[in-house]
Amino acid sequence: MAMAVSDKKNEKKVKEDFPLLWRQMNGQPLVYLDNAATTQKPLSVINRITEFYKNEYATVHRGVYALSQDSTIECELVRDKCRGFLNASMKEEIVFVRGATEAINLVVSTYGEEHVGAGDEVIITTIEHHANLVPWQQLCERKKAILQVVPVNDRGELDMTAYEKLLSNKTKIVAVGHVSNALGTINPVEEITQLAHTVGAKVLIDGAQAVPHLSVDVQKINCDFYVFSSHKVYGPTGIGVLFGKKAILEKMKPYQYGGDMIESVRFEKTTFAQVPQKFEAGTPAIAEIVGLGAAITYLELLGYEWIQRHEGDLLAYGTQQLQKVKDLRIIGTAKNKASVISFVLGHIHAHDIGSILDQCGIAIRAGHHCAQPTMKRFGVPATVRASFAVYNTHEDIDKLIQGLKRVQEVFA
Amino acid sequence: MSGVSDIYQEVILDHNKKPRNYKVVKDANHYCHGVNPLCGDDYHVFVKTTPEGVIDDIGFQGEGCAISKASASMMTSNVKGKPISEATEAICHFIELITRDCLEEKKEAMGSLMAFEGVRKFPVRVKCAALAWRALEKALKNESIKDKPSENELMISTE
Repeated sequence: MAMAVSDKKNEKKVKEDFPLLWRQMNGQPLVYLDNAATTQKPLSVINRITEFYKNEYATVHRGVYALSQDSTIECELVRDKCRGFLNASMKEEIVFVRGATEAINLVVSTYGEEHVGAGDEVIITTIEHHANLVPWQQLCERKKAILQVVPVNDRGELDMTAYEKLLSNKTKIVAVGHVSNALGTINPVEEITQLAHTVGAKVLIDGAQAVPHLSVDVQKINCDFYVFSSHKVYGPTGIGVLFGKKAILEKMKPYQYGGDMIESVRFEKTTFAQVPQKFEAGTPAIAEIVGLGAAITYLELLGYEWIQRHEGDLLAYGTQQLQKVKDLRIIGTAKNKASVISFVLGHIHAHDIGSILDQCGIAIRAGHHCAQPTMKRFGVPATVRASFAVYNTHEDIDKLIQGLKRVQEVFA
Repeated sequence: MSGVSDIYQEVILDHNKKPRNYKVVKDANHYCHGVNPLCGDDYHVFVKTTPEGVIDDIGFQGEGCAISKASASMMTSNVKGKPISEATEAICHFIELITRDCLEEKKEAMGSLMAFEGVRKFPVRVKCAALAWRALEKALKNESIKDKPSENELMISTE
């Protein structure tokens, strides 16, 4: 493993672990600031997947031969690693899915389908990603239930008084993002969960944007479900995790039917496997699971203490430098924020900014960030978003500022 | 960074700053609403034709990026006064210009619209440049005149 993290203080060393960041874009050294969309992969993850395919790959859970048994053991080790990563109490509470989107859809179409009825209510927030909005909205439409939306203040923080007022014995589910992908707001998920439980509602936390930045403890949050995607935490695409409390998962109906999720099959009747296999029909994304394991190992080596300090520095420096840019307005100024900065620049459209920054070798996100209601709340059609990861440097931010000056020259 | 000037040419920046025919044509008999959901470009195109099928007046309203706005503005200047058949031909030529290499003689006829030739190098921006033209194409086919909003409905400012 190419580990360059021994000198944790040196941000440039971390960058060296990510081969893609060694390349150029449009003839300029690449500055990758679209980490809230997806993250690049360290060499250790890439090598682990390659090694696994070269020497260890076979199906899981059914082969009687050694290769398959070892492959199964490897995947189950990663399941336990994910348990530790979220501090779940047992590994049976970790279900492998394709990603956060599938995890939410799984809960909607099993738990939601069974427990939400006509006149019931589901609570989400104004600043949800479409993935934690549309599935609930469609469920409510099907069930003639009501979708309630917690408003946010002008800083992009949840209005907790309004949230408390929305809670009632009609509330069946509260689904909230841990960190807003568009604004970076860190929501008070412990308090949200505790309040929801007082009315007997179950809580799903969408952690897709949180796990890259924060150390997560599902027992401390006490949420009923927690979801995240591997590709946003330096792992491969196509794999993610649904955490669910075991007692709840056990009562839920299967999500998909097929092989690997059954106990016995007769034409008259099929009995299903125990959790978590009950929710894992078909051959899983085996190599991706192994890759996710390597990504978690990488994060553990860096340590969340370092990650939070480094990304906190980048957020503070980035905010300070961006505020100095004329006509620039930051959208989302919550007190408690992850390293995501959304902004607008005078009357220049986000896509024009994106195209010019692209020519400067800088990759940022320009658009509505799959959060159109969030954009509407702040009265903007789109924003530019710079989101920082472990491998970003203060120099990256300086280059972003230079790029924005170039944008202003073009549109002067 | 030469790429920047390939796409953001003077004439494009000028039309973005001062869009021509940026208005509602009150007695329009052709209309279309063009939206690019990916980036939020959003334009209304109004056309008034004579009984002989000549574009007598054309206007557009809405908001979007510099490429889409300049393209809409230059389109209105280009097709105003032309018979529908010629305008339809101009649409085809413009789409060709921004999507593939086109013949030199066609280029000559394009005039200032040649400024958009560089858009081809930015595949994600082709839709921005094409948006108003696609809307005009639909408007001329009279597919959505019934959806034409009243003037009051268009008084929304996106500033």
